[in-house]
Amino acid sequence: MTQHTRAKSDVFTPTGQIQFGVFFQGVNSGTIWKAAESGSQTDFESFRRIAQTAERGLFAAFFLGEGLRLREHLGRPHALDVVGRPDAQTMLAALASVTKNIGLVATQNTTYNDPADLAHRLASLDLVSGGRAAWNIVTTDNAWTGANFRRGGYLDHADRYKHAEAFVETAKRIWDSWETPEGPARRVLHEGQHYTVDVTPRLPRSAQYRPVLFQAGDSPEGRNFAARQADIIFSAHPKFDAAVEFRKDLVARSVAAGRGANAVQIMPASEFILAPTAAEAAEKKEWVRSLQIGPQQAIAYLEQFWGRELSAYDPDGPLPGIDPVVDETSETRGSGFHGAKARQLADQWRAEAKDKGLSIRQFVTSRTARVDATFTGSYADVADRLAEYARVGAVDGFNISPWLVPTGLDDIVNHLVPELQERGVYPTGYRGSTLRGNLGLATPVRTADDAAQAVRA
Amino acid sequence: MSTSKTPQAGFLAIELDGAGWDGVDLSRAVLAAESAGFHVATFTDAPAPGRAHALQRAAFAGPVTRTIALVPEVDTVYTEPFHVSTQLASLDYVCGGRAGWIATAAEAPEAAAAVGRSSVSGAALAQEAAASVEVSRRLWDSWEDDAVIRDVATGRYIDVDKLHYADFETPAGFAGPGYSVKGPSIIPRPLQGQLPVLAAASLVGEGQVPAGAVDAVLVSAPTPELLAAEVRDVRARLGASVAVIAELDVVLDSRGQAAAGRVAGFDSGRAAYACSAAGLTDFLAELLKEADGVRLHPASLFVDLEELGRLVLPELRRRGVLRPVVQDGTFRDLLGLSRPVSRYAAASDATAASNAVAPAGAGK
Repeated sequence: MTQHTRAKSDVFTPTGQIQFGVFFQGVNSGTIWKAAESGSQTDFESFRRIAQTAERGLFAAFFLGEGLRLREHLGRPHALDVVGRPDAQTMLAALASVTKNIGLVATQNTTYNDPADLAHRLASLDLVSGGRAAWNIVTTDNAWTGANFRRGGYLDHADRYKHAEAFVETAKRIWDSWETPEGPARRVLHEGQHYTVDVTPRLPRSAQYRPVLFQAGDSPEGRNFAARQADIIFSAHPKFDAAVEFRKDLVARSVAAGRGANAVQIMPASEFILAPTAAEAAEKKEWVRSLQIGPQQAIAYLEQFWGRELSAYDPDGPLPGIDPVVDETSETRGSGFHGAKARQLADQWRAEAKDKGLSIRQFVTSRTARVDATFTGSYADVADRLAEYARVGAVDGFNISPWLVPTGLDDIVNHLVPELQERGVYPTGYRGSTLRGNLGLATPVRTADDAAQAVRA
Repeated sequence: MSTSKTPQAGFLAIELDGAGWDGVDLSRAVLAAESAGFHVATFTDAPAPGRAHALQRAAFAGPVTRTIALVPEVDTVYTEPFHVSTQLASLDYVCGGRAGWIATAAEAPEAAAAVGRSSVSGAALAQEAAASVEVSRRLWDSWEDDAVIRDVATGRYIDVDKLHYADFETPAGFAGPGYSVKGPSIIPRPLQGQLPVLAAASLVGEGQVPAGAVDAVLVSAPTPELLAAEVRDVRARLGASVAVIAELDVVLDSRGQAAAGRVAGFDSGRAAYACSAAGLTDFLAELLKEADGVRLHPASLFVDLEELGRLVLPELRRRGVLRPVVQDGTFRDLLGLSRPVSRYAAASDATAASNAVAPAGAGK
């Protein structure tokens, strides 16, 4: 494993390689449920099929999202998109028994979990999977989500990264607490603004030392957090020029954080629409988009900005002439939309749609499709484009959201992966059996500071 | 109130503690238990060095097994009820409806300190347990069975009328910090509708976790001789609707070594039986006349499991005291429980409520 890791340096050196992860599943319009090929979103077989297909394609990681509250639209659960997801770590522990090499990444919130409990569960997943666990660190602050939890909403938006960082530091100390596989454990104490921890951890280090850390924040604060704490950033910048810029930015932050230029890897979220020829791929894209944003979804999208029911409007007609009833947008709860000046926005959108001659549905599709994140083309063309990312080191890989479950990776694994392997930019086998080893990440070193902070039990 | 069990064969559970965390060992243990003919595997979560999260060990076992029920302990006091509910429902999905829950109430002050809460003790423990079980039960019902409709014509993936807020609030007089849980669940209804909930008999009864909230209780006694009487007492106290499972530590003669010589002694507080396979077989056959099931805690998991599978379970099956193992059956099936209709479905449809029968397999 160590021969693949790069020495600490302030100069970024591309590996010339890319790797894939799969994100299953989006509870949004990205996942098509209306096609004949659309399978179950809850049956274990769908998860097994995706994970095993990804492993056949030598994917580095299988990601699961976390649900803490169902999305709502105009005060009721949102009905039009895929909804309902399992507990990430429970599902990943089950998948550990039917996979061998793929990394198992659980998205978990720092606001509505307890550090000692979450660190213990992640350590358990890491051990039962033989060193394949990872944590995708996310934060939430809204009280609406807190309504499902003992503490309710308690965290200020401004405090969320501060809280998250203290949480992650505590988790790392818990994972570092066994010096030898036989123990004994060091007691871990933390007294923070929002919680205190006093625990003697139960589990030793795993085959990969501790779970790999992913992080997805994109604000300057979020990027600094990733530069200090994360192994991999799950970025929102897949487009080539933006990816190159993002790499530069992150390298600078990582160097400033004292971790060197190569410590943090980048895997942007992405979507692939592939076919043997470019023309077939373009045709497929039309089909995918038509199923992602149906007529009802297009209307619902506008409703969350207008704050009123718009079902009387023709999805294939122009945008509504009436004005929003609210000053600020009524967000679809849980979708990440935040308040905007509604009337101003409506005026802007009407003008834009009229200008481009777009119907409601066309306009909404243009706004919701992963425009930057979609790679559309023939297997060979897309492989050429990805090889260029690898050559300059724009990214370390792509985190793919399949638009179809459970067959959405078949094209990629059967056709794109071999093209990439022919170009010498994609692995031809797993390097090892741990996620850290497969990603080429350095093994964490326990610092004297860490040891000093831990009080011997 | 009935004081004896219904005249049907019993079931056997085995605690798999001792298999460790390694995937290979976990698979070996649970497959050995399944092929030996055990009906249920349990996973303790009492804090101990080297013990991995029980629910995750159970989840790991899900896809590699076919018939054995997988029942982890999950604490109710220092955990988030919403997470616990989602985790258990997810477990039910990964094992095809064979999941159950031993609801525990952590008493150790260390458990409170780990999450920075004040220590809960005495009667407040049962209040926490009762609240958490109620949250899970409501959330499991919060999606009706046919909530996912995938109606292409109207563009609706779900029928919103079939999702319900749980709107749980801790009752007046709740000793700990009160809390509320809004719902609905983040995951559709579990395959079994409701997972069977088990708890120690000492936690269940009047003024504690209501008997109606659990499906089975675990009964301990200081010695094997006292176990049958204790089972009868608990059944008299809780009524016939709660299955009674007797707890027994076992160590068997193995490979020429007498049981008594294999362990220094038990300190679990449970009845312990150290003897030959034939002796244990006779004892279990008698005990299963009183108890619905017996859970065995082997002194040394792999050694005793081998003896149990080779000598004890085949003889018990021959004598007809064990229920047959059913391929693809659910844990509810094993306990003789039908699949319940969601409480919210009954409430939202008066006509359906008056005809609320034949729930078995509905909507699965």
